[in-house]
Amino acid sequence: MSEIVLTARHALGKKVSAQALVAKDGFSARYDLNRLEGVFSRPSHRLVGQSYVGRVLVLDTAKGGVASAWMLHEMQSRNMAPVAIVFNTVNPILAQGAALGDIAMLAGFDRDVTDAIPHGAFVEVDPGTKTLRVLRAAADEPAPARFAHGEQSTSTVHLKR
Amino acid sequence: MQLNDEETAMLNGEFGKTLQMAIRHQLQVGAFFGARDFVPVTQAHIMADTESLGQAGVVWLERLSEAGDGRHTVRIPTITDPRGTDFSKANDLGQRDWMVELEQRTVRAFERLGVSMTDTCINYQTVLAATRGEHVAFGDTGVVVYSNSVNGARTNFEGGPSAVSAGLTGRTPRYGFHLDANRQATIRFRVDFTPRTLDEWGALGGVIGRLSGNYWQVPVIEGIEGAPTSDQLKHFGAAIASFGSIALFHMVGITPEATRIEDVGGDRLTVHHRIGRGEIEALAAGYAVSKQVDVVVFSAPQLSLYELRALAQLCDGRKFKLPLLAVTSPQVAPDAERFGYTGRIERAGGTLLAGMCFYQSYAREMSEANGWKTLATNSAKLVNILGGYGYTPMLASMRACVHAAETGELE
Repeated sequence: MSEIVLTARHALGKKVSAQALVAKDGFSARYDLNRLEGVFSRPSHRLVGQSYVGRVLVLDTAKGGVASAWMLHEMQSRNMAPVAIVFNTVNPILAQGAALGDIAMLAGFDRDVTDAIPHGAFVEVDPGTKTLRVLRAAADEPAPARFAHGEQSTSTVHLKR
Repeated sequence: MQLNDEETAMLNGEFGKTLQMAIRHQLQVGAFFGARDFVPVTQAHIMADTESLGQAGVVWLERLSEAGDGRHTVRIPTITDPRGTDFSKANDLGQRDWMVELEQRTVRAFERLGVSMTDTCINYQTVLAATRGEHVAFGDTGVVVYSNSVNGARTNFEGGPSAVSAGLTGRTPRYGFHLDANRQATIRFRVDFTPRTLDEWGALGGVIGRLSGNYWQVPVIEGIEGAPTSDQLKHFGAAIASFGSIALFHMVGITPEATRIEDVGGDRLTVHHRIGRGEIEALAAGYAVSKQVDVVVFSAPQLSLYELRALAQLCDGRKFKLPLLAVTSPQVAPDAERFGYTGRIERAGGTLLAGMCFYQSYAREMSEANGWKTLATNSAKLVNILGGYGYTPMLASMRACVHAAETGELE
């Protein structure tokens, strides 16, 4: 496989590497996630049921409301956040949230990033060089979600606050 | 980014730690979007319900407000979006003590920062509408899209941390919809059916939002007959922003920057899509999966005085089987009480809530505490959001929703 390296126009945060979850869907922390469980919960989202914790999300565009600006920070405070988010197009809210939550972010490529990156591949996100690099392809689909509470369901468990 | 002397002093800590934290955050965001400098803003509006903030966000706000140097209050009029509860009715909603405590801590932090606790997402109807060309820093997507499009003001989506920062520094990075070039139309729609009811206006916003795709698109819409009311554009805007992350639209002959289609460059675009009644009805039909309803909610955005009047008229002579919640702003609630609308809604068995919004008030936990699963509403924005919270939301007219509250079924 020839090396895949994409360069972004917008970048923020620290260099990270992890397994990528890739979908042509949009993203909003309020609309799409069960943040207590750390999984995608919106029934119509292609990543529904997948854990986003510790992964690089590669998605089409930022969606929805302004809540994500706080929510990424809140998720990070519980170690229940993705390590990076990569978009074809981003909105200010997700960029503001990534800045506050210290989550790496890349956005704006010359080709569709959701086509370029294989689902489940291990990737490196380097905001310093504004690059997204595929380190190795996935042998299999991403492992089933590892739920926050050791369960294999999406029933809500309330965290003590 | 180019900084003037005052901004450089803020960054160097000469105005205290609070302003230093604020401008550092703004610089990160501005650099990300390639802003060349800051633009002064005259108002800020902060979305900060505690379901979004969490413990970590509340602590962040407390630290900001307790920086202790005596120079930490906002320097421009700065107001708040709805809270995560109506403090007088938290028990009735099944909310827990820790939720209320987090909200109270947030209020105290904002008060220390000099923020006015307006708790409203319809400030353009109730507090101080921004004017054409006025640069502001507004949170809540519905507030942003209405202010940009209907008022002709200039703002990006400013999430809570950025809106707080703008209130403190009195400026925001100059990018996005602060710039003339980004306010031209990028996608053109022709509407063959002018909606009548608020749910139809919301559904039209949802259809155009879905088709538009992302934040940087600016839809221009032709074919609307007559002049929509503020409430109709409120529901349209809330939905176009919710479904499409859209921050600015133009309606030819209606919104101020598009007296003619060529004013926003729409004449150079081919029509991307024609939208008829069928597509508007199809959006609502896509959510209609059950006749049985558990709860009826009017919220998102908060109801105006005249929406409450319409609701009160529909409530007269009915007795509800289901909970019916109507949510408004703290500014509207006293007038609704004075004019008797609240009493008429409550006599039918409904509840008027003020200063909150349903989806910003621990919607998942309210669902579990009250056994609410299927929900009927006339807000397209609300149906778009609540799927992720475990609800089965359905979109219908205010009249149909009130009927469902009486009979238990949505026809």
